[in-house]
Amino acid sequence: MNYSFDFGVIWDNIGVLLAGAWLTLKISLLAIAFGLIIGIIGAAFRTSGNRILDWIALAYVEVIRNTPYLIQLLFIFFGLPNLGLKLSAEQAAILSLAVNFGAYSTEIVRAGVQSIAKGQVEAGLAIGFKKLDVFRYIVLPPALANVYPALIGQVILAVLFTSVVSQIAAEDLTFAGDYLNSRTFRSFEIYFTIALIYLGIVWLIKLMSFFIERQFFEFAKYRR
Amino acid sequence: MDEFTVSRIFINLLIATKWTIILSIIAFIGGGIVGFLVALMRISSIKWVRGISWAYVEFFQGTPLLLQLFLAFFGLSVAFGINLSPLQAATLALTGFTSAFLADIWRGSIAALPIGQWEAGSAIGFGYFKQLQLIILPQAVKLSVAPTVGFLVQVIKGTSLASIIGFTELSRAATQINNVTLQSLLIFSLAGIIYFLLCYPLSTWSQHLERKLSYKA
Repeated sequence: MNYSFDFGVIWDNIGVLLAGAWLTLKISLLAIAFGLIIGIIGAAFRTSGNRILDWIALAYVEVIRNTPYLIQLLFIFFGLPNLGLKLSAEQAAILSLAVNFGAYSTEIVRAGVQSIAKGQVEAGLAIGFKKLDVFRYIVLPPALANVYPALIGQVILAVLFTSVVSQIAAEDLTFAGDYLNSRTFRSFEIYFTIALIYLGIVWLIKLMSFFIERQFFEFAKYRR
Repeated sequence: MDEFTVSRIFINLLIATKWTIILSIIAFIGGGIVGFLVALMRISSIKWVRGISWAYVEFFQGTPLLLQLFLAFFGLSVAFGINLSPLQAATLALTGFTSAFLADIWRGSIAALPIGQWEAGSAIGFGYFKQLQLIILPQAVKLSVAPTVGFLVQVIKGTSLASIIGFTELSRAATQINNVTLQSLLIFSLAGIIYFLLCYPLSTWSQHLERKLSYKA
């Protein structure tokens, strides 16, 4: 066996890879932003004390958490058009990932909300806040601060999940790899490099999360 | 040509489900064995052993499972002449993926025990492996059962990606039937229901174990 590694193929096609990485970041960011909104609403439902809202949110969480992301993606991209809702590959990728991230973050944020002492809510109501304002201004910020590490872990998993969207021909980083692989047959070099780029993105998120925590959740440190 | 009725589709999916289950079991056993060794390496007192196991876990947790599958299936064959069947490549990649996460769970369970447990073992004259076997592991296993069962759900869901390198399990069967019938909504719903029926009992069991443990503590 005398295969000689040639990572030159990476440099020759760096533009393709960067374009793919850009879409991966775009899909991740949008899906995580939408998914976090879903997660906060879901957590509000779960802790609302209203049995119907609680049940709806719980059913959503269980369905998403107990089925593979690939099936969710295929369902949205190929299945929804049967109902007349046609999405582009990119839209389907963002929607499916947001729905997926939303379910996991619902449970994470719920845990955070339930970690807040009841007296905080009662104090808020006592000084005349409406229920929703109590949730928004008193419960949510420390709740997010408490579960921030778990949320970041889920963000990382979501970014790694985006690789699956290459299967509906959304032109993300993994899709760029498939494209280059089919043209150059340098499978090992290409997929190994792309795996390392994902690893780099993951490390970047871990690094950024440290600064975000200092920026937004510094208050939580002194509370306890 | 066969007519694809709902029951026919469902039966075909169920047949393919057998391979989802088999692959999950293989990945869990392989990942369990390797994961146990990696967990021991992670708590080793030798620096380079810890370093290697750290890099191993970081690679498999920090890169997409899909890329790991591609590397095992396409990469090894092109670069090293190791031609793996889709099942073999899926076994290799899923073992790596599963072992990295299980190693982390188990290392955490061991690290959660007070250091005094080790010291007590050494005080009564146990060597390292005696301490591990008789004192540490029995307690760590109790702590780790719930998250381990919970992770089994991730393994089952992870096997769906083996469909992409051509291994015929539930997801690939669904995709193939979809290509013929184009009844996408129905087919992917059915596939989702089957996955749900596999995963939901495990999720519930894991949560139940977790509650039981926190009552005791």
